Amino acid sequence: MNDLQWTEIVVFSALFLLVTVLGFVAARWRAGDSLDHLDEWGLGGRKFGSWITWFLVGGDLYTAYTFVAVPALIFGAGAMGFFALPYTVILYPIVFLPLLRMWSVSRVHGYVTPADYVRGRYGSSLLALLVALTGIIATMPYIALQLVGLEAVLRTMGFNGSGVMGHAPLFIAFLILALYTYQSGLRAPALIAFVKDTLIYIVILVAVFYLPSKLGGWDTIFDQAQAKFDASRTPSDGILLNHNNQLQYATLALGSALALFLYPHSLTGILASKGRNVIKRNMVALPAYSLLLGMLALLGYVAISANSTPLTNQATGRPDSNTIVPVLFEQQFPGWFTGIAFAAIGIGALVPAAIMSIAAANLWTRNIYKEYLRRDASPAQEAKQAKLASLVVKFGAIAFIVFVDPQFSIDLQLIGGVIILQTLPAVAISLYTRWFHLWGLVTGWVVGMAWGFVMLYGIPNPAAGKAHFGGSALTFGELSLFGWRPLAGSQVQIYVGFVALVANLLVAALVTLVLRRMRVLNGTDETRPGDYHADEGDPSLKPVGSH
Amino acid sequence: MSTGSPPPRAGHSGNGLRWNAWNLLLLVPLLMLATALYNEDRPRLFGLPFFYWCQFLFVPLGVLCVGLVYLRTRDEPVRTDRPDRLSVDDLDSAGAAGRRQDGSDAR
Repeated sequence: MNDLQWTEIVVFSALFLLVTVLGFVAARWRAGDSLDHLDEWGLGGRKFGSWITWFLVGGDLYTAYTFVAVPALIFGAGAMGFFALPYTVILYPIVFLPLLRMWSVSRVHGYVTPADYVRGRYGSSLLALLVALTGIIATMPYIALQLVGLEAVLRTMGFNGSGVMGHAPLFIAFLILALYTYQSGLRAPALIAFVKDTLIYIVILVAVFYLPSKLGGWDTIFDQAQAKFDASRTPSDGILLNHNNQLQYATLALGSALALFLYPHSLTGILASKGRNVIKRNMVALPAYSLLLGMLALLGYVAISANSTPLTNQATGRPDSNTIVPVLFEQQFPGWFTGIAFAAIGIGALVPAAIMSIAAANLWTRNIYKEYLRRDASPAQEAKQAKLASLVVKFGAIAFIVFVDPQFSIDLQLIGGVIILQTLPAVAISLYTRWFHLWGLVTGWVVGMAWGFVMLYGIPNPAAGKAHFGGSALTFGELSLFGWRPLAGSQVQIYVGFVALVANLLVAALVTLVLRRMRVLNGTDETRPGDYHADEGDPSLKPVGSH
Repeated sequence: MSTGSPPPRAGHSGNGLRWNAWNLLLLVPLLMLATALYNEDRPRLFGLPFFYWCQFLFVPLGVLCVGLVYLRTRDEPVRTDRPDRLSVDDLDSAGAAGRRQDGSDAR
C-alpha cells in the first residue's frame, strides 16, 4: 500500500455507504406485485417517468469510464479526444424517431431485449441469437471497463497494491454492487443514479470554473497544451484536427452515435420508461450531460497545464493514463472535495455496471436460456435465471480485470463498439422496413463482424508499443480488399466500424436482391404497422408482468 | 399529456410510416460532422479556441431542434377524442397501398 489519503477515504466511504443502503432499499421503491418477473426485476415495472428516466439513462450512457477515458484521450492526443462532444450531440436527433418505434413495438409485444424484437420481426431465432450474442460480447468488456474507472480512483486514493491483493478494495465494492443488483434489479441503479449524477454535476462544474482560474485561464492552458504537442514526436496530436484525422473524427462520432442505442443496456433504460413522451422529453433534456462531458474533456488540457503525471499501476507496472483526472483532482483540490469527486466517479461506475449486467442477463435469459435450454420456463424461473446470470456476468468482469491485463478489456471495448454497430441493419433499419432479407442480414452481419475484426487486428500503435488492436483509426492506404489496396499511399484516416458497417450493408443489400429474385421465404413478422405507434393508455399494450 | 379515452388500435394497413416535415429539423445538428466548419484556433472565446466553443454551441442548437420536433409532434399518435375525426392511418392507407409490396411475400 502507498500513502493512504484518509480524508478522501472517509468521504468516499460515507457516500459509498449511502448508495449501498439506497441499493437495498430500492427493492421496495414503487414495487409491483412481485419481483419474480423480468418486467419488474429487469425493467423496473416499465413505469419510469421523465425524471427517473433522465437520471437513469444519463447515468447509464455517461459512464465512469467515459469520465476518466475521454480526458485521458485529450491529455494524450488533443483535439481527437473531443469527438465525444459531437458524438453525444448528434446522438439524440439520430435516435429520436427509431427509439419511439422501438419502445412502442416492445411495449405491445412485451419485448425485454433488442433480440426479442428481432425474433418477433423476422421470426428467426438464429438472427435473434446473433443479435443477443453480439450484445453480450460487446457489453462484457464495457462492464470490465467500469471497473477500470473505479480502480483508477481507488489507486489514486492510495490503494495501489500489487498482485491479486491489490484488487481487494475493488472486489469488495463490486461484491456489494452484485448483491443489491441481485435483490433490487433495475430499481437499484435507477435510485442510485440520482446520487451519482448530482455529485458529478457539482464536481465538474466546480472543476471547470475553478481550475482554469487557478492555472492562468484557458488561453494559457491551450497555449501550453499546443507547446506540449509541438514538442512530441507523434504527428497526429494537437489542439486542432489535421488534414488526416478529420474524417476519423466525424466517422467516429457518427459511428459511436449509431452504435450507442444498439447496446442492450442503453435500450434497457428506454424500455423501462412509461411512454413515448417520456422518451421525447429525455431526448431534449439528455444533452445537458453532453455539455458536462465536453467540459470534463477539457480537463485533459488542464492536466497538461498542471503538469499532472499518470500513476503507475502497481499491478501491471505501467503508467495508467486513466488516472490522469483523479491525479489532477488530488493535486488541485482539498482532501474532502477530492473525496466527493472520487465518490462521483466511483459511484458513476456502479450505475452503468449494474444496468449493463442486468441487460446482459436479460439477453441470456430471454434469447438463449428460454430459447434453447428451457422453452417452458415460467416468468418466475426467467427472473431467477436472470438474477443468477447478473451475478455471473459481474464476477466474470472482475476475473477479467484481476487475472487478465486491463489493456485487454480496453481492446475488447474497442472491438465491442465495432461489432455492436453490425447489428444496426437487423435492429434499427428493420424498425422502418423489412426490405432487407433475413438471410441478407445474417450474411451482412458475418461479413461486417469478420472484416471489422481483421481491420482492427491490423492497426498498430507504435506509441504504445503494440502491433495489433492499436486503435480504431484505419489509414486509407492500409485499406485492403483481399490484398488489393485501392487507396494506397493515402494517409487519411477513417473509423473502422464505419467501414465495416458499409460493407455489411452492401452485402446485405446484394444478398437481399438475389433472394428476393429467387422468392425465398423472408421469415414471418408478428408485428403490425400500428404497433410502432402505440402509446401509454393504448389497449393494445401488453399488461406489465403478464407473459 | 392528458389520458383521454384510449384511441382505437391505429394502422392495420399501410407501412406504418408517418411523414411529418418537422422531423426534418432532426437533420440540422448533423452539420456538426463537417469538421472543416470549425477546425480553427481563432477567434478565441474566454480563451477557448474556436474549435471548442463552436462545438459547445451545437449543444443548444441540438436541444432546440429536438425540442421543436417534440413540441410539434407530442400529440401523436392521433387521439380520436372527437368522434368524427378520421385517423391519420385511415387517410394514409390509400396512398400507402401502392407501397405495400414489402412484406407481402413474407406470409
